[in-house]
Amino acid sequence: MNPANEMSISFSALSENEAFARVAVAAFVLPLNPTMEELTEVKTIVSEAVTNSIIHGYKERDGIIYLQCKILGDRMELVIEDHGVGIEDVDVVRQQLYTSRPDLERSGMGFTIMESFVDELEVDSAISRGTRLRFVKYIRTPQSAAHYEV
Amino acid sequence: MRVQVERRHHGSILMASLTGELDHHAAEAVRTTLDRELQGRRNVRLILDLSGVTFMDSSGLGVILGRYKKVQDTGGEMVIAGVSRAIDRLLEMSGLHKIVRMYPNCETAVVALKEVAK
Repeated sequence: MNPANEMSISFSALSENEAFARVAVAAFVLPLNPTMEELTEVKTIVSEAVTNSIIHGYKERDGIIYLQCKILGDRMELVIEDHGVGIEDVDVVRQQLYTSRPDLERSGMGFTIMESFVDELEVDSAISRGTRLRFVKYIRTPQSAAHYEV
Repeated sequence: MRVQVERRHHGSILMASLTGELDHHAAEAVRTTLDRELQGRRNVRLILDLSGVTFMDSSGLGVILGRYKKVQDTGGEMVIAGVSRAIDRLLEMSGLHKIVRMYPNCETAVVALKEVAK
Protein backbone atom coordinates (compact mmCIF):
# COMPACT_ATOMS: atom_id res chain seq x y z
CA MET A 1 0.00 0.00 0.00
CA ASN A 2 1.24 3.49 -0.78
CA PRO A 3 2.13 5.74 2.16
CA ALA A 4 -0.55 8.13 3.37
CA ASN A 5 -1.05 11.30 1.40
CA GLU A 6 -2.15 14.27 3.44
CA MET A 7 -2.91 17.96 3.21
CA SER A 8 -4.06 20.68 5.53
CA ILE A 9 -5.46 24.13 4.97
CA SER A 10 -6.74 26.85 7.23
CA PHE A 11 -8.97 29.65 6.09
CA SER A 12 -11.16 32.48 7.35
CA ALA A 13 -14.63 31.51 8.55
CA LEU A 14 -16.36 33.32 5.68
CA SER A 15 -19.23 31.90 3.69
CA GLU A 16 -17.43 32.47 0.38
CA ASN A 17 -14.86 29.90 1.55
CA GLU A 18 -17.46 27.12 1.70
CA ALA A 19 -17.06 26.53 -2.04
CA PHE A 20 -13.27 26.80 -1.78
CA ALA A 21 -13.11 24.17 0.99
CA ARG A 22 -15.33 21.61 -0.73
CA VAL A 23 -13.61 22.01 -4.09
CA ALA A 24 -10.15 21.72 -2.46
CA VAL A 25 -11.06 18.44 -0.75
CA ALA A 26 -12.77 17.11 -3.88
CA ALA A 27 -9.63 17.86 -5.91
CA PHE A 28 -7.45 16.16 -3.29
CA VAL A 29 -9.44 12.91 -3.30
CA LEU A 30 -9.72 12.81 -7.10
CA PRO A 31 -6.74 10.40 -7.46
CA LEU A 32 -8.90 7.79 -5.65
CA ASN A 33 -11.11 7.83 -8.71
CA PRO A 34 -14.39 8.40 -6.85
CA THR A 35 -17.72 8.11 -8.61
CA MET A 36 -19.67 11.33 -9.19
CA GLU A 37 -21.94 10.34 -6.33
CA GLU A 38 -19.02 9.84 -3.94
CA LEU A 39 -17.52 13.15 -4.98
CA THR A 40 -20.83 14.90 -4.34
CA GLU A 41 -20.98 13.24 -0.92
CA VAL A 42 -17.46 14.44 -0.05
CA LYS A 43 -18.28 17.99 -1.17
CA THR A 44 -21.53 17.96 0.79
CA ILE A 45 -19.85 16.78 4.02
CA VAL A 46 -17.24 19.56 3.77
CA SER A 47 -19.89 22.14 2.99
CA GLU A 48 -22.05 21.12 5.97
CA ALA A 49 -19.15 21.05 8.42
CA VAL A 50 -17.67 24.37 7.28
CA THR A 51 -21.10 26.02 7.31
CA ASN A 52 -21.66 24.77 10.88
CA SER A 53 -18.34 26.26 11.98
CA ILE A 54 -19.19 29.61 10.39
CA ILE A 55 -22.79 29.89 11.62
CA HIS A 56 -22.70 28.05 14.93
CA GLY A 57 -19.03 27.83 15.95
CA TYR A 58 -18.06 31.42 15.19
CA LYS A 59 -21.60 32.90 15.12
CA GLU A 60 -20.73 34.53 11.77
CA ARG A 61 -17.90 36.50 13.37
CA ASP A 62 -14.13 36.32 12.77
CA GLY A 63 -12.44 32.97 13.10
CA ILE A 64 -10.24 30.41 11.41
CA ILE A 65 -11.34 26.98 10.22
CA TYR A 66 -8.76 24.19 10.14
CA LEU A 67 -9.15 21.38 7.66
CA GLN A 68 -7.01 18.27 7.30
CA CYS A 69 -7.46 15.45 4.85
CA LYS A 70 -5.58 12.18 4.69
CA ILE A 71 -5.80 9.40 2.16
CA LEU A 72 -4.64 5.90 2.96
CA GLY A 73 -5.54 3.27 0.42
CA ASP A 74 -9.23 3.71 -0.30
CA ARG A 75 -9.83 5.39 3.06
CA MET A 76 -10.29 9.13 3.37
CA GLU A 77 -9.94 10.77 6.76
CA LEU A 78 -11.14 14.32 7.10
CA VAL A 79 -10.91 16.62 10.12
CA ILE A 80 -12.68 19.98 10.22
CA GLU A 81 -12.12 22.05 13.33
CA ASP A 82 -13.03 25.46 14.69
CA HIS A 83 -12.06 27.30 17.86
CA GLY A 84 -15.52 28.72 18.33
CA VAL A 85 -18.17 28.49 21.04
CA GLY A 86 -18.44 24.69 21.10
CA ILE A 87 -21.52 22.50 21.39
CA GLU A 88 -23.23 22.06 24.74
CA ASP A 89 -24.88 18.73 24.02
CA VAL A 90 -23.58 16.82 21.00
CA ASP A 91 -26.41 14.26 21.14
CA VAL A 92 -28.99 17.02 20.74
CA VAL A 93 -27.40 18.60 17.66
CA ARG A 94 -27.10 15.19 16.02
CA GLN A 95 -30.88 14.78 16.08
CA GLN A 96 -32.63 15.10 12.75
CA LEU A 97 -34.39 18.45 12.17
CA TYR A 98 -32.82 20.02 15.26
CA THR A 99 -31.52 23.54 14.77
CA SER A 100 -30.16 25.94 17.37
CA ARG A 101 -30.97 28.82 15.01
CA PRO A 102 -34.62 28.63 13.91
CA ASP A 103 -34.31 32.37 13.17
CA LEU A 104 -31.97 31.58 10.27
CA GLU A 105 -34.34 29.23 8.44
CA ARG A 106 -32.00 26.28 8.75
CA SER A 107 -33.31 22.87 7.74
CA GLY A 108 -31.80 21.02 10.71
CA MET A 109 -30.52 18.39 8.32
CA GLY A 110 -26.77 19.08 8.47
CA PHE A 111 -25.75 16.29 10.85
CA THR A 112 -28.17 13.78 9.34
CA ILE A 113 -26.70 14.41 5.89
CA MET A 114 -23.12 14.20 7.14
CA GLU A 115 -23.80 10.97 9.00
CA SER A 116 -25.42 9.28 6.04
CA PHE A 117 -22.65 10.27 3.61
CA VAL A 118 -19.71 8.91 5.65
CA ASP A 119 -18.66 5.63 7.22
CA GLU A 120 -17.66 7.16 10.56
CA LEU A 121 -18.28 10.51 12.22
CA GLU A 122 -16.81 11.60 15.54
CA VAL A 123 -17.74 14.86 17.21
CA ASP A 124 -15.44 16.30 19.80
CA SER A 125 -16.55 19.58 21.32
CA ALA A 126 -15.90 21.68 24.41
CA ILE A 127 -17.68 24.89 25.43
CA SER A 128 -15.62 28.00 24.57
CA ARG A 129 -12.90 25.79 23.10
CA GLY A 130 -14.40 24.73 19.81
CA THR A 131 -15.57 21.76 17.81
CA ARG A 132 -13.71 19.11 15.90
CA LEU A 133 -15.43 16.78 13.43
CA ARG A 134 -13.58 13.72 12.21
CA PHE A 135 -14.93 11.78 9.26
CA VAL A 136 -13.87 8.51 7.71
CA LYS A 137 -15.13 7.64 4.28
CA TYR A 138 -14.16 4.77 2.02
CA ILE A 139 -13.95 5.64 -1.64
CA ARG A 140 -15.08 2.48 -3.32
CA THR A 141 -13.25 2.81 -6.60
CA PRO A 142 -14.08 0.36 -9.36
CA GLN A 143 -11.20 -2.00 -8.48
CA SER A 144 -11.96 -2.02 -4.77
CA ALA A 145 -15.70 -2.14 -5.42
CA ALA A 146 -15.24 -5.75 -6.46
CA HIS A 147 -14.74 -6.58 -2.77
CA TYR A 148 -18.19 -5.34 -1.92
CA GLU A 149 -20.11 -6.84 -4.80
CA VAL A 150 -22.16 -9.95 -4.18
CA MET B 1 -25.74 31.64 -8.05
CA ARG B 2 -28.11 33.18 -10.55
CA VAL B 3 -31.86 33.46 -10.02
CA GLN B 4 -34.03 34.14 -13.03
CA VAL B 5 -37.70 34.85 -12.47
CA GLU B 6 -40.23 34.55 -15.27
CA ARG B 7 -43.99 34.90 -15.36
CA ARG B 8 -45.86 32.25 -17.30
CA HIS B 9 -49.46 31.55 -18.25
CA HIS B 10 -50.60 35.22 -18.32
CA GLY B 11 -48.60 35.99 -15.21
CA SER B 12 -50.43 33.56 -12.99
CA ILE B 13 -47.45 31.24 -12.64
CA LEU B 14 -44.13 32.38 -11.26
CA MET B 15 -41.16 30.39 -12.45
CA ALA B 16 -37.85 30.83 -10.62
CA SER B 17 -34.86 29.16 -12.23
CA LEU B 18 -31.75 28.76 -10.08
CA THR B 19 -28.34 28.28 -11.68
CA GLY B 20 -25.14 27.44 -9.83
CA GLU B 21 -24.36 26.24 -6.31
CA LEU B 22 -26.99 26.59 -3.60
CA ASP B 23 -25.06 26.62 -0.33
CA HIS B 24 -25.14 28.82 2.78
CA HIS B 25 -23.21 31.53 0.94
CA ALA B 26 -25.82 31.76 -1.85
CA ALA B 27 -28.84 31.07 0.36
CA GLU B 28 -29.33 34.60 1.68
CA ALA B 29 -29.41 36.22 -1.76
CA VAL B 30 -31.73 33.57 -3.16
CA ARG B 31 -34.10 33.98 -0.20
CA THR B 32 -34.15 37.78 -0.58
CA THR B 33 -34.73 37.61 -4.34
CA LEU B 34 -37.56 35.11 -4.10
CA ASP B 35 -39.20 36.83 -1.15
CA ARG B 36 -39.20 40.12 -3.05
CA GLU B 37 -41.16 38.38 -5.82
CA LEU B 38 -43.57 36.83 -3.33
CA GLN B 39 -44.03 40.04 -1.35
CA GLY B 40 -47.67 41.00 -0.92
CA ARG B 41 -48.95 38.36 -3.31
CA ARG B 42 -51.49 35.73 -2.43
CA ASN B 43 -52.30 32.42 -4.12
CA VAL B 44 -48.98 32.39 -5.92
CA ARG B 45 -48.25 29.36 -8.02
CA LEU B 46 -44.48 29.05 -7.89
CA ILE B 47 -42.28 26.68 -9.85
CA LEU B 48 -38.83 26.33 -8.37
CA ASP B 49 -36.66 25.16 -11.25
CA LEU B 50 -33.56 23.43 -9.88
CA SER B 51 -32.33 21.97 -13.18
CA GLY B 52 -29.39 24.39 -13.23
CA VAL B 53 -28.32 23.72 -9.64
CA THR B 54 -24.93 21.98 -9.69
CA PHE B 55 -24.49 21.64 -5.93
CA MET B 56 -26.81 21.85 -2.95
CA ASP B 57 -26.55 21.17 0.78
CA SER B 58 -28.77 21.54 3.85
CA SER B 59 -28.72 25.35 3.51
CA GLY B 60 -30.50 24.86 0.17
CA LEU B 61 -33.06 22.63 1.86
CA GLY B 62 -33.69 25.46 4.33
CA VAL B 63 -34.35 27.94 1.53
CA ILE B 64 -36.70 25.55 -0.28
CA LEU B 65 -38.61 24.65 2.88
CA GLY B 66 -38.89 28.32 3.84
CA ARG B 67 -40.35 29.34 0.47
CA TYR B 68 -42.69 26.36 0.50
CA LYS B 69 -44.11 27.44 3.88
CA LYS B 70 -44.39 31.06 2.79
CA VAL B 71 -46.29 30.22 -0.41
CA GLN B 72 -48.48 27.69 1.40
CA ASP B 73 -49.33 30.18 4.18
CA THR B 74 -50.60 32.71 1.64
CA GLY B 75 -52.89 30.26 -0.09
CA GLY B 76 -50.56 29.41 -2.96
CA GLU B 77 -48.72 26.38 -4.17
CA MET B 78 -45.05 25.69 -4.77
CA VAL B 79 -43.73 22.84 -6.87
CA ILE B 80 -40.19 21.82 -7.78
CA ALA B 81 -38.93 21.01 -11.27
CA GLY B 82 -35.76 19.53 -12.73
CA VAL B 83 -34.28 17.82 -9.69
CA SER B 84 -30.98 15.98 -10.17
CA ARG B 85 -30.30 12.64 -8.50
CA ALA B 86 -28.03 14.26 -5.92
CA ILE B 87 -30.64 16.85 -4.95
CA ASP B 88 -33.38 14.23 -4.96
CA ARG B 89 -31.43 12.29 -2.32
CA LEU B 90 -31.40 15.34 -0.03
CA LEU B 91 -35.08 16.07 -0.61
CA GLU B 92 -35.89 12.48 0.21
CA MET B 93 -33.74 12.48 3.35
CA SER B 94 -35.47 15.62 4.63
CA GLY B 95 -38.94 14.31 3.85
CA LEU B 96 -39.56 17.31 1.55
CA HIS B 97 -40.36 15.10 -1.43
CA LYS B 98 -43.40 13.85 0.48
CA ILE B 99 -44.92 17.32 0.82
CA VAL B 100 -43.73 19.14 -2.30
CA ARG B 101 -44.86 18.01 -5.73
CA MET B 102 -41.99 17.42 -8.15
CA TYR B 103 -41.87 17.44 -11.94
CA PRO B 104 -39.10 16.33 -14.31
CA ASN B 105 -38.93 19.76 -15.98
CA CYS B 106 -40.55 23.20 -16.08
CA GLU B 107 -42.87 22.45 -18.96
CA THR B 108 -44.56 19.53 -17.21
CA ALA B 109 -44.80 21.66 -14.06
CA VAL B 110 -46.47 24.50 -16.00
CA VAL B 111 -48.97 22.08 -17.55
CA ALA B 112 -49.81 20.62 -14.12
CA LEU B 113 -50.25 24.06 -12.53
CA LYS B 114 -52.46 25.23 -15.40
CA GLU B 115 -54.69 22.24 -14.69
CA VAL B 116 -54.95 23.30 -11.06
CA ALA B 117 -55.96 26.80 -12.21
CA LYS B 118 -58.92 25.55 -14.22
